[in-house]
Amino acid sequence: MSTAGEQDADLSLQEEHESKTHRTKRRDGDRQKKKRRNERRKGGTRAGEGEEDLQAVSEKRERSKRKRAKSKQETSRRENNEEEEAQLTGGKGTKARKDIRNEKTRRMEKEEVREVDENVDKGKKKQGSTKKGEKKEDGGKQLVKEKARDIKKKKHKKAETRYSEPETSEEDDDEEEDNDKDVVRPECLSPEELEKLKEAVDERKKLIQSLRGKPWPMKKKLVTLRESQEFVEKYEGALGKGKGRKLYAYKVLMTKALMGRPYGSMPRKTVPRAEEASAMDFAVLWDFGVSGYYFICLLLYPQGYAQYSVLFYGYYNNQRTVGWLKFRMPLSYFLVGVGTVAYSYMVVIRTMARNANESGVGDDNSFNFSWKMFTSWDYLIGNAETADNKFASITTSFKEAILEEQESHKDDNIHLTRFLRVLANFLVLCCLAGSGYLIYFVVRRSQKFALDGLENHTWWERNEVNMVMSLLGMFCPMLFDVISTLENYHPRVALQWQLGRIFALFLGNLYTFIIALMDEINLKRKEEKVVKFNITMWEASLYNGTVLENSTAPPVTIHPADVPRGPCWETMVGQEFVRLIISDTMTTYITLLIGDFLRAVLVRFLNYCWCWDLEAGFPSYSEFDVSGNVLGLIFNQGMIWMGSFYAPCLPALNVIRLHVSMYLQCWAVMCCNVPQERVFKASGSNNFYMAMLLVILFLSTLPAIYTIVSIPPSFDCGPFSGKNRMFDVIHETLESDFPPWFSKVFSYASNPGLVLPFILLMVLAIYYLQSTSKSYREANVELKKKLQMQNEENKRKNKRAALKAQMDLEEARKTAQEQQRNNNASVQDQEGESFDFKY
Amino acid sequence: MILHRCVIDCTFFTRKEILRLHGRYHELAPHLVPMDYTNEPDCKIPLALIVNMPELKENPFRNRIVESFSEDGMGNLSFNEFVDMFSVLSEMAPRELKAIYAFKIYDFNVDNYLCKEDLEKTLNKLTKEELTPEEVELVCEKTIEEADLDGDHKLSFADFENMISRAPDFLSTFHIRI
Repeated sequence: MSTAGEQDADLSLQEEHESKTHRTKRRDGDRQKKKRRNERRKGGTRAGEGEEDLQAVSEKRERSKRKRAKSKQETSRRENNEEEEAQLTGGKGTKARKDIRNEKTRRMEKEEVREVDENVDKGKKKQGSTKKGEKKEDGGKQLVKEKARDIKKKKHKKAETRYSEPETSEEDDDEEEDNDKDVVRPECLSPEELEKLKEAVDERKKLIQSLRGKPWPMKKKLVTLRESQEFVEKYEGALGKGKGRKLYAYKVLMTKALMGRPYGSMPRKTVPRAEEASAMDFAVLWDFGVSGYYFICLLLYPQGYAQYSVLFYGYYNNQRTVGWLKFRMPLSYFLVGVGTVAYSYMVVIRTMARNANESGVGDDNSFNFSWKMFTSWDYLIGNAETADNKFASITTSFKEAILEEQESHKDDNIHLTRFLRVLANFLVLCCLAGSGYLIYFVVRRSQKFALDGLENHTWWERNEVNMVMSLLGMFCPMLFDVISTLENYHPRVALQWQLGRIFALFLGNLYTFIIALMDEINLKRKEEKVVKFNITMWEASLYNGTVLENSTAPPVTIHPADVPRGPCWETMVGQEFVRLIISDTMTTYITLLIGDFLRAVLVRFLNYCWCWDLEAGFPSYSEFDVSGNVLGLIFNQGMIWMGSFYAPCLPALNVIRLHVSMYLQCWAVMCCNVPQERVFKASGSNNFYMAMLLVILFLSTLPAIYTIVSIPPSFDCGPFSGKNRMFDVIHETLESDFPPWFSKVFSYASNPGLVLPFILLMVLAIYYLQSTSKSYREANVELKKKLQMQNEENKRKNKRAALKAQMDLEEARKTAQEQQRNNNASVQDQEGESFDFKY
Repeated sequence: MILHRCVIDCTFFTRKEILRLHGRYHELAPHLVPMDYTNEPDCKIPLALIVNMPELKENPFRNRIVESFSEDGMGNLSFNEFVDMFSVLSEMAPRELKAIYAFKIYDFNVDNYLCKEDLEKTLNKLTKEELTPEEVELVCEKTIEEADLDGDHKLSFADFENMISRAPDFLSTFHIRI
């Protein structure tokens, strides 16, 4: 390829376009690419036009041959880069060729510079290659170039092409060019031109940024990227932003460092392929089971040491301040309780508001079939069994949609349906009443047992209440499910009814439980009175002889463990809640193991020797019940809210329990469950669950509030012991810890005369907001309707226009045909005549 | 493997991810794909090997997916096209881009319109041909009726885009993780 170099030398005396053709000939098979590139460059981008303008301007100035030769080299280098980095061409010898050529041309150029005069005619310039201004003498510039070369070499160190020599030579050329530009450009171009150049550079930068999102084939993207990058590099330097590239790289780095990466984008955040299979291995989980058993046994009997631990209310001392920091312990205990409830309310209501915003759009029915067709297949599915399930569920969903479409006018026997529904509701009410009575009965019985002394009874009789509640919670929902088949509702509506009934069941159970608890509290308080009396007698007997109660007796050291203790009803309440939650957890796990795992094992292995197909028929595998599990979580949370005032560590215990549950259920789902058959969009139920959570929050905090407000605390245990009511601690704090004027202001503010009007004002505000929101909603519906009508109008108009266009086309064609026929006929006639003429 | 910055800028992947993708690409056809790209080999893996990848194996549209990203339309992907395919199907790609390629995928006869035959083929692939021909007919009719805005009884890209931009599930289902 040495001829190429010689050709370059020759070209110094020829026109530009000829040199172009020479180059195209030189590049075998690159002609097309080049033309495409040229077209693109001269094409319609604004950047391109800007550059054209600048070209025109700079054309007026004198340019040196050296510049043109350099530009040729520049473009040839660009071509080289394209080939290199497109990775799609095979040219293996091109590198070597380029090597030699570059060396030669460089040498040539240096000679040319000293010889050649400047030429004015530019004609068709390649983009970006001809912006050089006047060529000044090189001598002084060589030094500058050397320096610039060094700097740019460091910059390009990170460049990832392998061939250093041609690269550096290319870099050198680049630097020389840049440098010349650096030195030459700003002086030669007017501010408007600079402006335009800047715009062009920005345009290119934007293009580079947006390249990812363009739907072009990869080849085109790479080529465009290369061009734009080179363009930006060249001219950014000229505009004085020499550090542009470094800054860009730095920016990119910082963005990546600061923004998180999604799941699956890093090895760390993805389950490794090798472990995917064993991540759900039962054996791994069971290793923890043995030690867990002992832990759970300890918790099931929250007596012994646990009773006198931080776990329960009774542990806390009633000292007003604790430690040298004067931490107001009772006050903080109270405020923490109140604060968590207030925070929970805020969070739930905020989530509900957010869900309400989002769900407004989702109730669209206008693209039912289209969406089913194009968005129902989940591209993430990689498991054959899952794929089969998905195919089945898609087919079912289509069949249902077709059925709905066809039967939308069918009016079933309304009276029968109504009767069945009333019957179903009646049965459900009976169930609920029955379960409520059962719990009441069991609680009464256990109170009798307690009076007899707990040691005389079996384990079952001791834990009867909890067991009964858990069993009811397990079997009644199934019963409700069976009853609901009578009702024949749409699945989503049926689901809501089902959830509502389960909710009512649990609430009933919980409140019966609380009422029983209240009875026990009263019992304990009576006991307390007795104990108080006994204590005074006991103290009196200690100080023999002194009858006065508050006499200054000599300090008699008594070990704290010997002091007779009053029954602490608050601790008792806390204990009951802990026991309830633990038994609830146990029930869930056992249900999971028996109901899901054992069932799956039986179905899988008995199927070989059973008369009917167990997998398709009666037991089959259990479905994963999303709604039931969500409900379970909600109730768990409700119990925590209720009990956390009296057993402060309960939330911590619950966190542990939730972690364990998550892993266990994760395994159970993958191992034993099949997906639901009828899949319908339950996303509209988001706010339904949140509303349930809100109701539970309200209902769970009621008992705690009632006990705080109406029952006096125990006399010798807990942070509020000795006070008349628990909230007296606030009063006390106000009086003693705040400046006197504060308590006066507070007492004025809590005057009923002020509070009542305030409440009235709030009620009015709520009413006003409610009515405005209703009117907005109605306006929204109206607008939606209008939009739909517009859409249909447009469709109709378009259809009409299309039809008309078709008819016109037909007519035009017909007339054209007729004309042609006429022409043919006339030609034939003529021919016939001429024929006749002949003869 | 030497990686060029350009591929990083043209897709939504990071350098590490692209290297990992190359590992996957290589193990599809170790004898065809070189580990060293410095000589710019021009190798393409045939369709049959790509659709056996675990991510695509169960997808009823796997052939169409690979064909839409190949330059020759026959499903032979070079490494760049391979990366491009997974980049568009990743969760980082924007909705508009995904809509464009979804349209290409469902357009079986590559005429830039989703005509009735395209829809029928799509439906049969989705339901493994379990629906009766009348049901298929009904569903395709309804689909065209719902989405066709210009009345030509087939869906152009504008119709498709208008319909898919309102679909709540599109982004979450049109997603492959690799």
